[in-house]
Amino acid sequence: MKYPITTFRQLYYACKEQNKQIFEIALQNEVEKGEYSEYKVRLQAAKSLQAMKEAINEGLKSTELSPSGMSGDECNKLQKRYKETHSILGPVAEKIMIYALATSEQNLRMGTIAACPTAGSCGIVPSVLIAYAQENKISEDDEINALITAGEIGRIVSNKMSLAGAVGGCQAECGVASAMASAALTQMRGGTVKQIINAAALALKNILGLTCDPVCGLVEIPCVKRNPFLAIHAVTASELAMADIISKIPPDEVVDAMEQTGQLMSPLLKESSKGGLATTKTALALVKNILK
Amino acid sequence: MYQSSIIDIISPVMAGPSSSHTAGAVRLGLLARNIYNAKPDKITFKLYNSYASTGKGHGTDKGLLAGILGFSVCDKRIKNVFDTPEAEEIKYEFEFLQDFNRHPNAVDFVIEGGLNMLISGNSVGAGEIEITNINNFQVKLNGKYNTLLLVYDDMPGVISSVTGIIQKDNVNIASLHCDRSGKGKDASMCICLDGELSHACFKEISELKDMYIVRYIKKLES
Repeated sequence: MKYPITTFRQLYYACKEQNKQIFEIALQNEVEKGEYSEYKVRLQAAKSLQAMKEAINEGLKSTELSPSGMSGDECNKLQKRYKETHSILGPVAEKIMIYALATSEQNLRMGTIAACPTAGSCGIVPSVLIAYAQENKISEDDEINALITAGEIGRIVSNKMSLAGAVGGCQAECGVASAMASAALTQMRGGTVKQIINAAALALKNILGLTCDPVCGLVEIPCVKRNPFLAIHAVTASELAMADIISKIPPDEVVDAMEQTGQLMSPLLKESSKGGLATTKTALALVKNILK
Repeated sequence: MYQSSIIDIISPVMAGPSSSHTAGAVRLGLLARNIYNAKPDKITFKLYNSYASTGKGHGTDKGLLAGILGFSVCDKRIKNVFDTPEAEEIKYEFEFLQDFNRHPNAVDFVIEGGLNMLISGNSVGAGEIEITNINNFQVKLNGKYNTLLLVYDDMPGVISSVTGIIQKDNVNIASLHCDRSGKGKDASMCICLDGELSHACFKEISELKDMYIVRYIKKLES
């Protein structure tokens, strides 16, 4: 067994050889690297999980608008709708979308959130993980294990490429978050190591090329709504993977493609707000009104 | 080469809205504060590229100042930092610049006071940061290690004296980077440590001949 693990292939074979789950190998890998103890990693996961739950609870109650006034009341609208009628996707999906909006709106109010992997994408992992856990009576220990697995997926991608929108576009932020969430979900549903890694790869593959073109340079449009979208995207990846549908392009090669796509993406579309949605007529009018 | 940890991916717990533009900015400010290690008279924050074009909206200016004032990434005061009593005690200004030779999220801290210092750094994603230059010396600081930073006269034997003193504490050296402005001129050394350096050893290193700047920069809380 070789440490440190830097690829999905290595992760898969380590799990297979030792007959262990991803979070177990991930913790072992952290200890082998020598920077952190298993206790320290579990403790941080517990702290982040707690912060995620608090952000959801705060976000559910608040209708405070962001400093720009552009967003902050959409979680409330969705909650109202689901009090009257139901989503065709069922109660877990309703909760996922509501929680993703709640967290994301809490973030733009400069509230406290857990960056996972980034703040702009902070609603995706918690919404999927916590909504599923609540609806299926998953223990807190298993939630933490799922979060560690999510972290391991993000860690392996981040060994190849930066997770900053300014470097890799939104595929590197919300895209990676969606892959992390799909892995956490697949693990909680009892998926195999192969299914978990494929869920992550399928999610990544489907989001290649996603740009980062925030209106007025703020983490609001399109970031807030992108969180519930990519949370449900993670569920789709998990559904496919649980049916043993695999990514025909191996997970590590998908990451290579993502890195290359990030490099090829114009700087105008990487968090500079100089192209895409950020330079539409309406966006430019908003810039005039808001950033004056 | 540093390998990221799961901890980097699922944290920090922070004030929103952007890990690179808000939390990263706070952490850059905190490191700059520890490097300067004195009360400055005035700070000019120079923000580059994406930091310049979208910094205001992301609270990057607030984050940088909050870090300089010693606030943590989840401090509730960041949102209104310009109105805090701490902020009123120092002079500061912001410049917003474009330079394609710099990182997309780059910042310079131009610090004036008893000692003038120029500290440059980047926010490299997911709240992770690096300080790359101090007074035009190349350095490598990411806030993950306790770090000893030295500026001194370039001459034979300095590295050996310094590492010899560190050895007394039985602390392992994780990385060591040196740079100099020219042969026999100013030189810099940046030593990342796996443990804590004792006060006695720090003092002994400070008292070595021709040391101009000696700083022990504690690692940042994750």
